[in-house]
Amino acid sequence: MTATDQATAATRLSTAELAAVRADFPLLARTMRGGRPLVYLDSGATSQKPDPVLDAEQDFYVQRNAAVHRGAHQLAEEATEAFEGARSAVAAFVGADEDEIVWTSNATAAINLVAYAMSNATAGRGGEAARRFALAPGDEIVVTEAEHHANLVPWQELAARTGAVLRWLEVDDSGRIRVDQATSVITERTRVVAFTHASNVTGAVTPVAPLVAAAHAVGALVVLDACQSVPHLPVNLHELGVDFAAFSGHKMLGPTGVGALYGRRELLEAMPPVTTGGSMVEVVTMTETTYAPPPQRFEAGTQMVAQAIGMGAAAQYLSDLGMTAVAQHEHEIAVELLKIAEIPGVRIIGPTEPVDRLAVVSFVVDGVHSHDVGQVLDDAGIAVRVGHHCAQPLHRRFKVAATARASASVYTTVEEIEALRESLGTVRAFFGLT
Amino acid sequence: MSSSMEALYQQVILDHSKRPNGKGLIEVSGPLAGESHQVNPTCGDEVTMRVQFAQDPAGRKIVERVSWEGEGCSISQASLSVLTELVTGTQIDEVERLGETFRQLMQSRGKGLDEALEDELGDATAFTGVSQFPARIKCALLGWAALRDTFATSGVLAEATATTTTGRATSTPDR
Repeated sequence: MTATDQATAATRLSTAELAAVRADFPLLARTMRGGRPLVYLDSGATSQKPDPVLDAEQDFYVQRNAAVHRGAHQLAEEATEAFEGARSAVAAFVGADEDEIVWTSNATAAINLVAYAMSNATAGRGGEAARRFALAPGDEIVVTEAEHHANLVPWQELAARTGAVLRWLEVDDSGRIRVDQATSVITERTRVVAFTHASNVTGAVTPVAPLVAAAHAVGALVVLDACQSVPHLPVNLHELGVDFAAFSGHKMLGPTGVGALYGRRELLEAMPPVTTGGSMVEVVTMTETTYAPPPQRFEAGTQMVAQAIGMGAAAQYLSDLGMTAVAQHEHEIAVELLKIAEIPGVRIIGPTEPVDRLAVVSFVVDGVHSHDVGQVLDDAGIAVRVGHHCAQPLHRRFKVAATARASASVYTTVEEIEALRESLGTVRAFFGLT
Repeated sequence: MSSSMEALYQQVILDHSKRPNGKGLIEVSGPLAGESHQVNPTCGDEVTMRVQFAQDPAGRKIVERVSWEGEGCSISQASLSVLTELVTGTQIDEVERLGETFRQLMQSRGKGLDEALEDELGDATAFTGVSQFPARIKCALLGWAALRDTFATSGVLAEATATTTTGRATSTPDR
């Protein structure tokens, strides 16, 4: 065993550890139609939830339920402590400070928050400090062809509202973002560069550093869609140097209904609010209002307290496992997943080598629509996603209307991928193709 | 392979999906022509349908020819094919009724409909198995949604309803 092998062995999940992880996820034990064991390969859409997450939510309602940040009673104190403790856990998990994490209802809401704050700044809200967020006709917003609709449509809309122009980096034939186009597409006119850290379709991990460098060289803000990276890779947002990042609770073993926006402190401080009302104010008169400092400025109304606490528990759960070990385990799953390319008629959309990619593999089966592929797999108890995965432009780029996608998480086993390969091998024959 | 899978992918469905009727858009013209584009946003299935309507000797509107171009799963493609076969040459109020019967079939959760109703649907009864899979019902209904929309875009439905309404007053004894 080489030194590298020993290091790998020390950081990966052992068989016993993986079994222990799976035992934490009650849903994984259920059976599907015909009594077949569940093979859940749709974690890219939403992950399953471990007991510590379920317990944290339950515990909040059973023991601590109260309005946070108000009320002088003990329950309110405990609820506030749990809520803010969750924020600290999530912040620590992604290498941010706790006042840089804004709770949102999901990652889509987090990206929209930035886009609408820029609209408000364009309309003059937020005063002089917010002028850095204002757009003028002719300014440019840069995205990529690999984006989930959640990191594309809000920017199309912002461009339409402000007269800014939307431009984009293309993807190459292996599904990777054309970082080489950065110097020509990102120019002095660029004000925002929004891109995914890891594609929910191709699984390709984007090299963040050169895009951040290109954006910052021209004074543009970087918005990172970290939905697929945060649950699967060690992510340190301070080290990545991005200005904003969005990620969701439910893809990282946490509950639905909660996500987070990370913003660099000085940016959040300068940014005007979007949703206004209770809980985000300082002084309110009949004519005007001053706003609370971030993150509360962006958290109007009653928050999703139980879900936030669940997301905090999920961050803690993954931290305890160690994201290096999680990433190493999922790398091994990716290696297994990529072997589906050996099945006749199966073509992977995305990188075919297990390098700088996640265990998210989209594919087509020659002559069989992905919906039908998914149905055959479902009959074997195997859950995959079919369709365009909220990334129509990327599918159009590869001239396919739809793909099937197998995506893993920390609880996925090599045996499950073997079951996928075996079942996938029967698909073409089922539809009378050889 | 489970029995529900066999019910879903009956041979007649697989055959229709491989050799679909009506695939390939024709030119349509005149006031008695309709076109519709439908998408199923969850899976990206798409169909464009063009229908040429005509008037039969009794002055009733009929579906003269159905043509479509689309991309989709075997269920959606087979359903388009079966629909084409079923409605070509049929009066449009009858087509509306068949469409309603088919929608009822899709809500039957695998149980099917009365024999008489199923007889009217012909090959379309093969889709009974689809109704056991809620995620696939939209696939089977995509073509029917397009067909209904061509009625609206052509305006033929409003005319037909008017004809039927006035027609009913005189033809009630025959019914």
